Amino acid sequence: MKKPGIEREIIAMRVAREFQDGDVVNLGIGIPTLASNFIPEGRRITFHTENGALGFGSLAEPGQEDIDLTNAGGQFVTLQPGMSFFHSADAFAMARGGHVDITVLGAFQVSEKGDLANWMLPERGVGNVGGAMDLVSGAKKVIVAMEHVSKNGEPRILKRCAYPLTGIECVDLVVTDLAVIEVTPQGLVLREVAPGWTATEVQRLTEPKLIVAKELREIEL
Amino acid sequence: MPINKVVASADDAVADIHDGATLMISHFGGPGGMPERLIEALVRRGARNLTLIGNTAGISNFGALEGQPYTNVSALIENGQVKKVLASFPAPRSPSTPNPFEKLFRAGKIELELVPQGTLAERIRAGGAGIGGFYTPTGVGTLVAHGKEERTFDGRRYLLELPLRADFALVRAYKADAMGNLVYRGTSRSFGAVMATAAEVTIAEVDEVLPVGQLDPEAIVTPGIYVKRVVVRAKEPKR
Repeated sequence: MKKPGIEREIIAMRVAREFQDGDVVNLGIGIPTLASNFIPEGRRITFHTENGALGFGSLAEPGQEDIDLTNAGGQFVTLQPGMSFFHSADAFAMARGGHVDITVLGAFQVSEKGDLANWMLPERGVGNVGGAMDLVSGAKKVIVAMEHVSKNGEPRILKRCAYPLTGIECVDLVVTDLAVIEVTPQGLVLREVAPGWTATEVQRLTEPKLIVAKELREIEL
Repeated sequence: MPINKVVASADDAVADIHDGATLMISHFGGPGGMPERLIEALVRRGARNLTLIGNTAGISNFGALEGQPYTNVSALIENGQVKKVLASFPAPRSPSTPNPFEKLFRAGKIELELVPQGTLAERIRAGGAGIGGFYTPTGVGTLVAHGKEERTFDGRRYLLELPLRADFALVRAYKADAMGNLVYRGTSRSFGAVMATAAEVTIAEVDEVLPVGQLDPEAIVTPGIYVKRVVVRAKEPKR
């Protein structure tokens, strides 16, 4: 039986710990979006969405949905004091221009140099790049939230990505169900492991060589 | 006589869209910002060999209210009117439910230029602003860099991207006046306010036309200089 890692919500919770008070954060579809539910207390986070809003509120309650008020994943959100709207060119000026502190994205694969592949499965022949290439080129910090291995158990942290790239040398931190790994000029540093997992076990499911941090810990929430 | 850009119907508004035209159609994905009545009128008009520029190639069930389907650019693709699409999000998330675009694409019957979303917005902005091209870090080292000039500034790699213009822009806004000044609503502004600047003929589909002077000049997002025609969304249910 496969040994379990941490749940999707826990990955999201761990990602949210990276948000610092005052940060502007853009969340991609999937696990990243969940991170908005787990902002550490006392940290004021402004969410940016590439369809043209800053500072939106929580998800809309049933019956309160408004087609003119969604996030980039098509979820209905709510107005909040201090919110602003803008057009797509401005939305990406903010992203490319370094005004967004953190972007969190899902991924198919990440390489040891921090290359990211998250938009196209080669066998499909067509993919949706959306705003991912722009976000990773401009956000100050790029966090990937994903499952550590594929459905078939293949490593998704690789020496080189096999799938088409979203960006090169752009990822700063990878949070998976098994580990928290930092991309550094020296290589991938294993900082935290899921409860019950050892560095050796995580290494076995990771293609490139991991540098084990001296102060390796269990994933902290 | 004051300027009056309001036309009687969506059919009148699209009556000169010709075969082979290049069109920008505003939307992000769902019904917000989608000029549904103009798309429906263009399906009735039947112009063919169109090139569509927009964020998607038509996806359903995105940012839509339950039980309220919406008309999107798929209607034109399904009707065989489109030869080429420029988009950042051409297909549905799941490959198991292909949209009309993906079916035609797999059959080799429609062309695609995949454009990163921010590059798409900036190319349109450049087209509207008379800029001949720009360098962006987006896409360096990826498939979208193929065939593009690359330059390094201050140690960082950039790609040359060229402007986009269109014969027609179909834009959904919230309110207009007869001079073509536009305001949008919420996140439905996204591509509309950029596309409005970049076409020979920009046609705005709006909820309401207010008397000139009733829109706050400080709040106008698209000044009327960019807009040729305004059509009010019919209140009756769509055909």
